[in-house]
Amino acid sequence: MRATVAIFPGLNADAEMIRTLREVCGAHTTVIWHTDTSLPSGTDLVAIPGGFSYGDYLRCGAIAKTSPIMTAIQSHASRGGYVLGVCNGFQILTEAGLLPGALTRNLHMRFECRDVKVKVTAEGPFTPSPGKVWRLPIAHAEGRYQASEEVLARLEGEGLIALRYENNPNGSVHDIAGIYGGPRKNVFGLMPHPERMSEDIQGGHDGRELFDRVLSLAS
Amino acid sequence: MPAPHAFPGDPPITPALVKSHKLTTDEYARIQKALGREPTFTELGVYSVMWSEHCSYKSSRVHLKRLPTKGPRVIQGPGENAGVVDIGDGFAAVFKMESHNHPSFIEPYQGAATGVGGILRDVFTMGARPIASLNSLRFGRPDHPRTPELLRGVVAGIGGYGNCIGVPTVGGEVQFDASYDGNILVNAFTCGVARTDRIFYGRASGLGNSILYIGAKTGRDGIHGATMASDEFAEGGPSQRPTMQVGDPFMGKKLLEACLELFSMDVLEGIQDMGAAGLTSSSVEMAGRAENGIELDLDLVPRRAKKMQPYEILLSESQERMLLVAKPGMEKQVLDVCAKWELDAAVIGFVTDTLHWVIKATPGYDPLDDAPTPRGAVTVVDLPIPSLTDDAPVYDRPRAAAPPRAAADPSKIPVPSDWKEELYAMCGAPNLGSRQWVWRQYDQIVRGGTMVRPGSDAGVVRVPCEKDGTTIMKTLAFAVDCNGRHVELSPIEGAKMAIAEVCRNLVCSGAEPIGITDCLNFGNPERPEVMEQFALAIDGLAEGCLALGVPIVSGNVSLYNETQYQDGPRSILPTPTVAAVGLMAHEDDRVTQAWKRAGDCVVLLDARPTSSEPGLRHYAGLGGSEYLARHGGGAADVPRIDLAAEKRLQTLVLALARARVLASAHDVSDGGLGVALAECCTSASEDADDLGARIDLPKPHSPLEQASMLFGEEPSRILLSVRPERLGEVLAQAKQAGVPAAELGIVGGKTLSLAFEGQAAPPVVLEVSEIRRRREECLGAIVPNLET
Repeated sequence: MRATVAIFPGLNADAEMIRTLREVCGAHTTVIWHTDTSLPSGTDLVAIPGGFSYGDYLRCGAIAKTSPIMTAIQSHASRGGYVLGVCNGFQILTEAGLLPGALTRNLHMRFECRDVKVKVTAEGPFTPSPGKVWRLPIAHAEGRYQASEEVLARLEGEGLIALRYENNPNGSVHDIAGIYGGPRKNVFGLMPHPERMSEDIQGGHDGRELFDRVLSLAS
Repeated sequence: MPAPHAFPGDPPITPALVKSHKLTTDEYARIQKALGREPTFTELGVYSVMWSEHCSYKSSRVHLKRLPTKGPRVIQGPGENAGVVDIGDGFAAVFKMESHNHPSFIEPYQGAATGVGGILRDVFTMGARPIASLNSLRFGRPDHPRTPELLRGVVAGIGGYGNCIGVPTVGGEVQFDASYDGNILVNAFTCGVARTDRIFYGRASGLGNSILYIGAKTGRDGIHGATMASDEFAEGGPSQRPTMQVGDPFMGKKLLEACLELFSMDVLEGIQDMGAAGLTSSSVEMAGRAENGIELDLDLVPRRAKKMQPYEILLSESQERMLLVAKPGMEKQVLDVCAKWELDAAVIGFVTDTLHWVIKATPGYDPLDDAPTPRGAVTVVDLPIPSLTDDAPVYDRPRAAAPPRAAADPSKIPVPSDWKEELYAMCGAPNLGSRQWVWRQYDQIVRGGTMVRPGSDAGVVRVPCEKDGTTIMKTLAFAVDCNGRHVELSPIEGAKMAIAEVCRNLVCSGAEPIGITDCLNFGNPERPEVMEQFALAIDGLAEGCLALGVPIVSGNVSLYNETQYQDGPRSILPTPTVAAVGLMAHEDDRVTQAWKRAGDCVVLLDARPTSSEPGLRHYAGLGGSEYLARHGGGAADVPRIDLAAEKRLQTLVLALARARVLASAHDVSDGGLGVALAECCTSASEDADDLGARIDLPKPHSPLEQASMLFGEEPSRILLSVRPERLGEVLAQAKQAGVPAAELGIVGGKTLSLAFEGQAAPPVVLEVSEIRRRREECLGAIVPNLET
């Protein structure tokens, strides 16, 4: 399995994403810059880390979606290639239309960093069978997932809501913490940071399961 | 040398103009003498900022010399952008703390945000990647009308910058006191890690080398910020918003990454942040340190405001700008990296050997004009650099001892009628309860290395240090402290106690203190009693550092923290904030304050001055305590510390941590032993349950002594918990180390039970869940709706 971490100006959770993929999970990991126009050959998983791409100016992820590398990521996703977006990465994926809906300001209007419990509610390349509860940290000001009734009905109906908060920290509809998209649930976006809970020195390793799972899949 | 040109539009220099630049008549005469002529308007502005208290340290310099700044690990002490301390294997910790008090009171969000941005740049300009931040905040009394807005704004500003640029905030402190009603404190600390063979200095070396400007464009924001920092506030609030800078953390992030890329390329001779006094102080200081001269052409400075005068370009404090000196022929490499990171960059001058600071500009030229006037730069400033730096005024200001205090009158100290409710109330006091509402607004874990988050004695971060393709893990711990009430009662003892406490926080976490940075916040130095506080506090800091063997390697002085009220000026509590960096021998040595297992034994290590004089204990530690403040103050004892005993205590605890016998360790400080025990009960990590304890305390001879036992804030005490089978070993080691130790009880259950020997009354029993609730709601009166 080959992983590629795509970096946009202003992303800041790259160190932990790269370390988790490369050191903790042992994946062959390449880092690319947003002005690149193609993915390294053999890329199985594209990971977009968290942070503040373009300072979150305009809207979170709204400027990053226009970066040259997005075309390559879009076609990777449409071919069924795995794409993971964490936090700002999730916001970029929704802005780019790779996942439906939008992430808006937390209901309490503050940035919040804490551990939360999320329950797996759909199985897929990044998540085990439903029922599993992970403790993962959140660190965001704009994590309130919103979508139209039609989109929510489709997400619920097709089993694409992969993670739900046990105690909703931000006002997300349907307690949504992470969703699947793409032709075969190959695109995954979530607000919590599994890469910041992948080694015991971070206070737990629940997040590692997500990476181990997708990295174990044949491309 | 011909006198420089006045610039079209310059006002004539009058006594009123000089005064408005905060220069005294004597200081102006000194400028005339240094130049042998009248300064131009632009030059007057330059002297005004370079000779400001903020830039020149003119009132503090004679005293700062007494601080111990050397040690075997010290690579760079005070005088550079940040201090540098060796952490082994070819790596160094680079750190500093700085105040942004005045701007934060004027505009809390931007003031705090730019304070964080400024300290981050001070650290990364040395070649270090920032890996952790702390902050120390002081606000007015909780019910002051501005406190909610200031608290909200400052916390949001710190988060707004730090979270975005991606440096974890791993600790800090927040205190409320009426003395800060009109003058809050915002002290920001950042530590970075660099290779020892890639430390960069703010020096303009190499005759003819190019000077490059990189980062954000220059605007009119922040002009005279450095001078404003030395202003008192008037009652009724500030009206200085035009002197405010505005932060752009996204620009800061790009600048950070661009600089780190440049450091790895061996293309730079020197580099410095354009902080206070912007382009002026950065270029003057760089030339001064290298004993060179500099010539700059302002026509080439990137700008975003039209028709900027040389005066404005030189004094602007626009954020996110750096000044670089390139190695010969490396200009293009620098410009290319800046282009990658979408930063403005321009060669704006060169290094000379004249010892003069020469500034040129073309009258009427503005690059933003549709058809700019043809360039033909003339000299607008020509100043001997030593006159701006080493030869700036230095004052040994008069000092006067504070009037004698009222003698302690223990009979006037109130004692609680309901001990349980009193301890609950202490746990929920705004100065003592949980700071969860604050730290949850900070990204504490970005970069993935945070091992101990805020809420224990110190924040702990694991840092991967890369060199030549290999990665070495270093584990660092961080703490920040100061108890202004103690410093006010005794500047010497209070300052010693601040040093002792910040180092005690580190050893309680399993780290060896290796360096300290200070941020000395005081009132108006022109008042002799304030100068006395300052001078004595320096002596106390120095004694503390010498006794514990930890140097001060960087710091900052913030004076004029006072407010004019109708009935006269009022100073803040003297607040010499200290932050310390600790190094762990191994990441598994880390210890936190939460109890870990039911059945563990609770031990109190007690190296108080009065621990061998129980007769003196009947109200010890209540002077300057939160308990006394809550009950309206009054005269109690003056705090003191035995530094030799403190050193024995800290050596012992570090050894115990390294021997991995400690389940928990916690410094007993604000709120006393009662609050410390309650904190140990309610600090469980998010995947563990809180645990109570059954505690047996000695017989108090009076209710006042019971208050002293529970709430007295005498220093040099540490609460431990250990497995029962390791208890004998711990007590034996304490005895061998000469540290009094007492077994206090057992961890477990859902209550904290406190029994006093020989007392007929039933024990004081608190529910752990209620302690947690009170602690977490401690700021509820200031910022309602704490929860979502």
